[in-house]
Amino acid sequence: MRRGRFPWILVLPALTGLAFLVLPLTGLLVRAPWSTMGDRVTEPEVLTALWLSLSTATVATVVSLLLGVPLAWLLARAEFPGRRLVRALVTVPLVIPPVVGGVALLLVLGRNGVLGRHLDTWFGITVPFTPVAVVLAQVFVAMPFLVISVEGALRGSDRRYEEAAATLGAGRVAVFAHVTLPLVLPGIGAGAALCWARALGEFGATITFAGNFPGTTQTMPLAVYVAMQRDPEAAIVLSLVLLLVCVVVLATLRERWIDP
Amino acid sequence: MRERPLRSLCALTAVLLCVCACTADGAGRGRDGRLHVFAAASLTDVFTDLAEEFEERRPGTEVVFNFAGSSDLAVQIDSGAPADVFASADTLTMERVVEEGGLDTAWAEEHGGRGAVFATNTLRIAVPPDNPAGVTEPADLADDDVAVALCAREVPCGAASVAALEAAGVDLTPVTYEEDVRAVLTKVELGEVDAGLVYATDVAAAGTRVLGLDFPEAEEAVNDYPIAVLSGAEDPVLAAAWVDLVLSDDGVEVLTAAGFGAP
Repeated sequence: MRRGRFPWILVLPALTGLAFLVLPLTGLLVRAPWSTMGDRVTEPEVLTALWLSLSTATVATVVSLLLGVPLAWLLARAEFPGRRLVRALVTVPLVIPPVVGGVALLLVLGRNGVLGRHLDTWFGITVPFTPVAVVLAQVFVAMPFLVISVEGALRGSDRRYEEAAATLGAGRVAVFAHVTLPLVLPGIGAGAALCWARALGEFGATITFAGNFPGTTQTMPLAVYVAMQRDPEAAIVLSLVLLLVCVVVLATLRERWIDP
Repeated sequence: MRERPLRSLCALTAVLLCVCACTADGAGRGRDGRLHVFAAASLTDVFTDLAEEFEERRPGTEVVFNFAGSSDLAVQIDSGAPADVFASADTLTMERVVEEGGLDTAWAEEHGGRGAVFATNTLRIAVPPDNPAGVTEPADLADDDVAVALCAREVPCGAASVAALEAAGVDLTPVTYEEDVRAVLTKVELGEVDAGLVYATDVAAAGTRVLGLDFPEAEEAVNDYPIAVLSGAEDPVLAAAWVDLVLSDDGVEVLTAAGFGAP
């Protein structure tokens, strides 16, 4: 590569893009009530909401990994009629507004929902208004991010390794576990991080499907929204806590697992 | 050769930026005949009806609405959104706006510095049409087997619910604190909860999809809807005319039809 001349044509839009993404954060930092920050952050309600957010987002990511990686494999490696349609369907949760997603989940898994009705009469299980509903809402909106990332990684990976393993006698599952998975691990890591972050910030589907009750279904984004109604300063504090935790976790994970 | 796609990208960006700049400039010039009304979401139907009448009476004017939760609107107004009139679903939010940006001085001198109350709204118990839990009075809501949705305390309907339930001497734990009254109504309509506290206007709007039950203690928590001309009003006279229409007999008629009470 030729050194010397700085490629301004790339750097200028890059910096503008960065500024556009970061400036709103500066707005939050400027308006934050720093003097009362300590007291507000350690309020039990905040800690409860934060814990609920972290645990549900993590469970949602694990569920997404268990279901989403095989789904991505299916889309990238298997030949079957209607694959394009299936791929389009996977992106549906990205396109529909999360609140609509929440209503859709209610119509299926709610007390009077298509499946929920039977869960209620046969097993006495009602999903809405429980932490399970929070996880389900998060999986619904966040799993597509994982599937798309992993599918991209699978398409970009060199299939000759898999073919070589197959020629040497490995079965399809063994090839997947010992060759394909290690090859696309960075892609899975990136997808999981994206999925976790999206689950952590999930609001619309959660409040519609899981409701909003402190300690049970009130995650940080819901706490932020409710605080916004009466005390915008509290909402800023909560947003900053959520942001900080998210950035710290993702940065730590990245150093440990993704770019060792 | 290699730089060509980049160049066309730059050219495209430049064109787009120009278009944005021009549109922004256009929006900056006066509002000629446009009245910006920020109103609580519960007023959507009523105000849209009244706007037709207003525009008919004054050709050349156009009423532009911003309907949202009162507190969201207050935040927008305080951040300098172009608003001429604010109609809030509670007096507390109006007071917040009065303290931050203030009202139009001439209008406030005539109508009072805290806005003019033009409607009231009373809570009802909303239940699904088949009333699966057999709810008849507030005391039934405290039953452990009855799933209840309430508005979050932080929003006006939540504060009113707390006051009404306190007056009724009922101590209950709902399954959810919804972010606004429409969300409570949706949960009742879908049958996800057995009952919810919503406003009379919401019951009226839901038609046959929910059943509304009156309860006397709701009188303890009647919500006042104040309206006011804001200090940022582009054309205070036009804005005052809108407020007059809302306060007029015609306005009251439309409001009562939608389930609102008269102040």
